[in-house]
Amino acid sequence: MSTAIRLSKVAKSFGEVKAVDGVDLEISDGEFFAMLGPSGSGKTTVLRLIAGFELPDSGIIEIDGVDVSQTPPFNRDVNTVFQDYALFPHMTVLENVEYGLKVKKVAKEERIVRARKALQRVKLEGYEARKPGQLSGGQRQRVALARALVNEPKVLLLDEPLGALDLKLRHEMQVELKELQRDIGITFIFVTHDQEEALTMADRIAVFNAGNIVQMGSAKDIYEEPNSEFVAGFVGISNLLHRDGKVISIRPEKIKFGRGGDRTAPGQVVSVMFLGALTRINVAIGADILTVLAENDGTQVFPATGDQIEVSWNSKYEFQVG
Amino acid sequence: MRNNRINTWLYRHKGARAALLLALPVLWLAVAYLGSLAVMLISSLWSVDSFTGNTVHSFSFTNFHTLLTQKVYGTIAIRSIGVAVAVTVIDGLLAIPIALFISKVLKPKFRSVVIALVLVPLWASYLVKTYAWRSMFSDGGVISWALKPFGIHGPGFGLTATTITLAYLWLPYMILPIYAGLDRLPNTLLEASSDLGASARTTFTSIILPIIYPAIIAGSIFTFSLSLGDYIVVKIVGGTTQLVANVIADNVGTAGNLPFAAAMALLPIATILGYLFVVRRSGALENF
Repeated sequence: MSTAIRLSKVAKSFGEVKAVDGVDLEISDGEFFAMLGPSGSGKTTVLRLIAGFELPDSGIIEIDGVDVSQTPPFNRDVNTVFQDYALFPHMTVLENVEYGLKVKKVAKEERIVRARKALQRVKLEGYEARKPGQLSGGQRQRVALARALVNEPKVLLLDEPLGALDLKLRHEMQVELKELQRDIGITFIFVTHDQEEALTMADRIAVFNAGNIVQMGSAKDIYEEPNSEFVAGFVGISNLLHRDGKVISIRPEKIKFGRGGDRTAPGQVVSVMFLGALTRINVAIGADILTVLAENDGTQVFPATGDQIEVSWNSKYEFQVG
Repeated sequence: MRNNRINTWLYRHKGARAALLLALPVLWLAVAYLGSLAVMLISSLWSVDSFTGNTVHSFSFTNFHTLLTQKVYGTIAIRSIGVAVAVTVIDGLLAIPIALFISKVLKPKFRSVVIALVLVPLWASYLVKTYAWRSMFSDGGVISWALKPFGIHGPGFGLTATTITLAYLWLPYMILPIYAGLDRLPNTLLEASSDLGASARTTFTSIILPIIYPAIIAGSIFTFSLSLGDYIVVKIVGGTTQLVANVIADNVGTAGNLPFAAAMALLPIATILGYLFVVRRSGALENF
């Protein structure tokens, strides 16, 4: 598979702040790639560097093998879906979607056909004559998608694409975006601070912290084998156990009550929270608090707050993070 | 329980609250504003006895007949509207790049400082500024001195000096609304346009201009009406130039012909009303 995007030692500062500090990154053709991290970790700046809204202080950015480090955005074969959608308020939905083709001097008949097709793709037929102000958040999001996709870019960049939507719509759009990407085969790069979003949609995830990528891999790799306390804590719930001067991470669903695993520890139940499908039980073990997530499948009786119990897990699920 | 009967009564009567809120401004509008306009409209139908100089309180359309038949008034009207249009165009051409610079190029922490600098001239006396321009336009003033090496004469006092001075005076009134309009335009719109392949020029004509159009119109209402109504600048730097406003002033002062001045004053009023009507029809003020 060929490389769609390559960043080599890319750095960008804003005044004194090093927003991106020497990032190396390679993204393949057709990949669904997530850049995950807390705010201020540099993930959005990397996206803006790829789009061309910012130019790097040093390092090289390649799109499809061509060095575009100093190329303005209008000459790059990438398109962006903005967090606030950035739809042109004075244009209709159709005019918005047509805009990219119009500035590239595509003939009027052709661009109307293509714009309509793009709107169809995002399930917005019949909304062509509306203004963005007359649409709901979810519909605006679809227009923004259509407006970017109609240009058939090499790479589609999405900046917190689902951030402004409510929870239910967000889950629907996660599935839809994934299907859309599989369908058209364009490389998608999206920025998010929501670990669940990254885990559900992305083929590969880069976890950012303080201007750098701290871990990169598949959702499973990152969840099952976090390489640092930061990643363990940022992606999913992490249980950190201090043992013999080392820090061990165990995921909450891997811990069971009673004996069963090859590691056992006595503890006291601190709190029990009913979450619907799951019950979350915090257990104090020495100075550490372990979170246990247990399924409410009706097969077990949960301990109550204050109970002295034993928990256990398999040592293969332990990861040393510090 | 506290007992405050007036406040309670007002709380329960929404109409009374609104009436209380509007009493003073409505009184002002009805008496001072509309009242004086009505008096002016009526007095434009009166005339002045040329022998005694007294106002004759009988209705006739003589003033309007004079205005419409004597060619000089038509010329003055067209000249005045021409000056107002020129001032508006000059201010628009100057204000758009200035406002763009302040709202989209300048760092936020400097913005308020530069906006304050734009407003500072409004604190200086209008007369002082106009006299400053008079000394600059005068024979041997800064302007003719600066143009001399190029073999060009300064414009001297006249229509050009009037237009330039008015454009200088009203520029802040054009910059402010355009700046406000640009300030509400998210930067991501400009990035989106660029992202979709548009050059800076295309982004300006297809995104920025249509969005700030209402703001430009708002600014133009200021510059246009202020220019059309100004009689002092033309007196100070206009030489012998006659514009509607100073003809009105001369009729009030020198000639003592208040009815004719009133008739003449209807011209700028009608022009501005016509302009507002056209603007309204174009829909430019709908989102403002």
